Amino acid sequence: MKDILSELEERRDAARLGGGQKRIDAQHARGKLTARERIDLLLDEDSFEEFDMFVAHRCTDFGMQEQRPYGDGVVTGWGTINGRMVYVFSQDFTVFGGSLSETHAQKICKIMDMAVQNGAPVIGINDSGGARIQEGVASLAGYADVFQRNIMASGVVPQISLIMGPCAGGAVYSPAMTDFIFMVKDTSYMFVTGPDVVKTVTNEQVTAEELGGASTHTRKSSVADGAFENDVEALAEVRRLVDFLPLNNREKPPVRPFFDAPGRVEMSLDTLVPENANTPYDMKELILKVADEGDFYEIQEDFAKNIITGFIRLEGQSVGVVANQPMVLAGCLDIDSSRKAARFVRFCDAFEIPILTLVDVPGFLPGTSQEYGGVIKHGAKLLFAYGEATVPKVTVITRKAYGGAYDVMSSKHIRGDFNYAWPTAEIAVMGAKGATEILYRSELGDPEKIAQRTKDYEDRFANPFVAAEKGFIDEVIQPHSTRKRVARAFASLRNKKLENPWKKHDNIPL
Amino acid sequence: MFNKILIANRGEIACRVIKTARKMGIGTVAVYSDADKHALHVEMADEAVHIGPPQANQSYIVIDKIMEAIRATGAKAVHPGYGFLSENPKFAQALEAEGVAFVGPPVKAIEAMGDKITSKKIAQEAGVSTVPGYMGLIGDADEAVKISGDIGYPVMIKASAGGGGKGMRIAWNDEEAREGFQSSKNEAASSFGDDRIFIEKFVTQPRHIEIQVLCDSHGNGVYLGERECSIQRRNQKVVEEAPSPFLDEATRRAMGEQAVALAQAVDYASAGTVEFIVDGDKNFYFLEMNTRLQVEHPVTELITGVDLVEQMIRVAAGEPLSITQADVKLTGWAIENRLYAEDPYRNFLPSIGRLTRYRPPAEMAAGPLLANGKWQGEAPAGETAVRNDTGVFEGGEISMYYDPMIAKLCTWAPTRAEAIEAMRDALDGFEVEGIGHNLPFLSAVMDHPKFVSGDITTAFIAEEYPDGFTGVELPELALRRIAASAAAMHRVAEIRRARISGRMDNHERHVGEEWVVALQGQSYPVTVVADHQGSTVKFGDGSSHRVASDWTPGDQLAEIDVDGDRLVLKVGKITQGFRVRSRGADLKVHVRNPRQAELAALMPEKMPPDTSKLLLCPMPGLIVKVDVEVGDEVQEGQALCTVEAMKMENILRAERSGVVSGINAAPGDSLAVDDVIMEFE
Repeated sequence: MKDILSELEERRDAARLGGGQKRIDAQHARGKLTARERIDLLLDEDSFEEFDMFVAHRCTDFGMQEQRPYGDGVVTGWGTINGRMVYVFSQDFTVFGGSLSETHAQKICKIMDMAVQNGAPVIGINDSGGARIQEGVASLAGYADVFQRNIMASGVVPQISLIMGPCAGGAVYSPAMTDFIFMVKDTSYMFVTGPDVVKTVTNEQVTAEELGGASTHTRKSSVADGAFENDVEALAEVRRLVDFLPLNNREKPPVRPFFDAPGRVEMSLDTLVPENANTPYDMKELILKVADEGDFYEIQEDFAKNIITGFIRLEGQSVGVVANQPMVLAGCLDIDSSRKAARFVRFCDAFEIPILTLVDVPGFLPGTSQEYGGVIKHGAKLLFAYGEATVPKVTVITRKAYGGAYDVMSSKHIRGDFNYAWPTAEIAVMGAKGATEILYRSELGDPEKIAQRTKDYEDRFANPFVAAEKGFIDEVIQPHSTRKRVARAFASLRNKKLENPWKKHDNIPL
Repeated sequence: MFNKILIANRGEIACRVIKTARKMGIGTVAVYSDADKHALHVEMADEAVHIGPPQANQSYIVIDKIMEAIRATGAKAVHPGYGFLSENPKFAQALEAEGVAFVGPPVKAIEAMGDKITSKKIAQEAGVSTVPGYMGLIGDADEAVKISGDIGYPVMIKASAGGGGKGMRIAWNDEEAREGFQSSKNEAASSFGDDRIFIEKFVTQPRHIEIQVLCDSHGNGVYLGERECSIQRRNQKVVEEAPSPFLDEATRRAMGEQAVALAQAVDYASAGTVEFIVDGDKNFYFLEMNTRLQVEHPVTELITGVDLVEQMIRVAAGEPLSITQADVKLTGWAIENRLYAEDPYRNFLPSIGRLTRYRPPAEMAAGPLLANGKWQGEAPAGETAVRNDTGVFEGGEISMYYDPMIAKLCTWAPTRAEAIEAMRDALDGFEVEGIGHNLPFLSAVMDHPKFVSGDITTAFIAEEYPDGFTGVELPELALRRIAASAAAMHRVAEIRRARISGRMDNHERHVGEEWVVALQGQSYPVTVVADHQGSTVKFGDGSSHRVASDWTPGDQLAEIDVDGDRLVLKVGKITQGFRVRSRGADLKVHVRNPRQAELAALMPEKMPPDTSKLLLCPMPGLIVKVDVEVGDEVQEGQALCTVEAMKMENILRAERSGVVSGINAAPGDSLAVDDVIMEFE
């Protein structure tokens, strides 16, 4: 009997060693942790429960039958993050380079099915050379099985992808369909076709880092939502993110004890908006001063910086924030910022996370590159996302809310629940100068007259009261009481119930 | 007494004067430029008058504009503060002509003390010790060499109209005297349009010690002890204290009596300051007299209990002094630290912008100023006094137009050591964010052994920080105290995280007791055992610290009791730990469980990116012009692009020659500090 028990331990030890000490050392030498070390850092101490530790591949071609290591290049199971259940898979680069075989895929599919059934997030740690070539189409089938599950799980449980090594070819499409992708600087890259193929086909010379490194995907392509210095930091930050997310789409977002008075007054916000309407200011200051404990988890920090997206807490509960950033491109909407914010809004709506929108938007960015790029349809994504969202929506206009962009930014007209404005708000079709130039075209030759007209326009429209008269603004609030007003607004919406008409699904302008 | 006083100044000194005027029941009028529309002094005053654009030479120092404000408001007296019009005889004359009292000395006294050569002559005649030197005008280099030889080397060659180190040379021999004379003369001519030069003895181991005098218009005068102002950076005072750790009673009396004699020689009637240079043998020499309220006057107030602004106003109203020399007692020790909006890590470059956070330490009253019932702030009485004279507020803007000094933090205690300790504590608790500032540098000075010993000269900063300020390395004990605190704080934060909703019942996360704290290159495995009163943090070597605090997660300031001693930390967020600022150090403190620490140790140390081939944006600003294109060969010093910050255009130039390989910014882009503008091959 004892022998049998100890045999289990021996088999476990063998499984835990993955591709062997030499490969583990090589992994460390590259600045990377192993699949199991990563799980240790992701989950609460001693909370990991493993599945399929002894699964081995079934391939018999190319001499593969000689090597059948336990686990087959991926560690799967479940555990907790701060006591809340999550499912996890972690590809093991030390075993066949983390390549995906039929059985490797089956292991991933198993935990994804359980995650959907049991309502818990899936966190995928990707570190794989790609398809297991020896297995041929069986490997491709495995990818597709995972893809299908990503699709089915989307909007049911949060899915988070960590890219902690190579992720190339078809493999990229699994993370691509998850909710968030995080990368590790210098040790991870993602691309559909690698530098060699690029060179052969297009004659472009490019390194893997330039083609698909963390910097590329966080700044240029927006494929990734964030990048971290190393594995340890990345895993700690994913734990932090999970604390903001509900476990599934049937649950409310989590609440945790907080140490920040909801009624906290911030007098300094009264001077946040500069005298000169064209002077930028940092909208992040408002976000940090409204948030519980100044804690803000930013999503896509380095991309389309003219809009800010991320999570805060109010009274301990998660709130998604979308805010125009006057520091960059005057905070205007354009293709990139619309796409970025639209996706964020839809995530929040899918998972019942209330949305706070902070508005200082002079309009959409004009120009041929925008129009040729399809800003009409991309801008419509954000409008669509806000309009279909049924979660609590609170909006604060700090300064400009001009033109169509005013409508888009969670206005009253697209079912904003609370639409507040600071006294510095200007809600109008456009700025005074542009408006007078159109309205009084015949007087353009007379600068004095035009100046007077501009002033008249400003006096009439450069304020929140015209909109407030019509009820489009529920209340004009003091900047210093923003946290209190917003927190109370969300508190009053805790039991909000709003349903869209039945449909198979909508047809958002993709 | 006047019923209304106008303060022809801004910033902290305007606020300071308003406080006393209010206490005396006098109405107050502020003046302000466009840049100061929302400034604190405007808010504090009963009335405020706009006097023009931001530039001081179009507002605060335009006599006509101040006179208009006086007429418009009917103010009966004007306090000029320091700087601006405070030592301008024309201003005093204009007020006299208008029948408005100038809260300062008579015009003649200002004029007499305004010129370096004249004032020195008067001082000599009044029996004041002056630096040996030649007062007359020096014709040529030969004469300069002869005079230098007569005085004895080393000598200082100075421009008569000079200031701020301009037109000033030190010569140790004939050759240097010859050269120094010529270059001083040239510099003086171009800088001041006045090439008069004089030569005097160069004092070694010099200290800057000044005497506060107070005279009325009835012939009474007293001195209120001295202030030691030796801690200066490029002639800009940084730290002052009273009394001086160097003077003995006899020297103090000799200096004080000479100072009063000088003041009375020019019929001085107000508060004034006689500056001396004191050498290592306690020989003192007259430097100059400042005929106004001095920036660092609070330290004198704190040890004497005399409200100098009140006295100035009373004297200006014609009242005789109510105190005699016998009434003047120096009690305890006061230290002032000047908070400058200057980034010590960037060679003290002035920093401008929005004060996103500004929370001075709580003011506390104690000492003679409280005993005399003259305390300015509304503060509880304590063993030590904390006073902060400030002109800014959270959410306010630091503009480029004025002096970068934003606050004067003072502490008082019965002894110098206690006053220093109180200052360290106050600095640790002073929260300033949004701009660069010298708080870390001040903390470093307060901990510097030479400063603590009192063995300082005016060369202190230049000698002790020859390469500028690069931050502070904390000693072992300080690190352990911070490590223990951070471990206890981290544990609290982790327990809170583990109390999130949606947990799996009966399978909650258990937050452990074992942690590894890494900071300043050190790593300490610790065990945190908590009870209701606090935590005991045991270190690997068996030692332990007892930590108690009411800090909760998110608090940016942690006041901690470590083994009965107070520790104040500024706490910021980083992954797996805290950014901790304390005692001038700025630390990343990682707190990890043993497994996390073991794996973190495997992570490669990443070198900071090489920026030598990049042009980084030195300040937040707007690109207005790019002068080069990709592929251009540029020479050292060539203009690359222009960044506009706060309406000022800054031309960025190539630091070395090279070829432009990439340009990441275009005109119209607004950039943050350290954004990459250009790359070179």
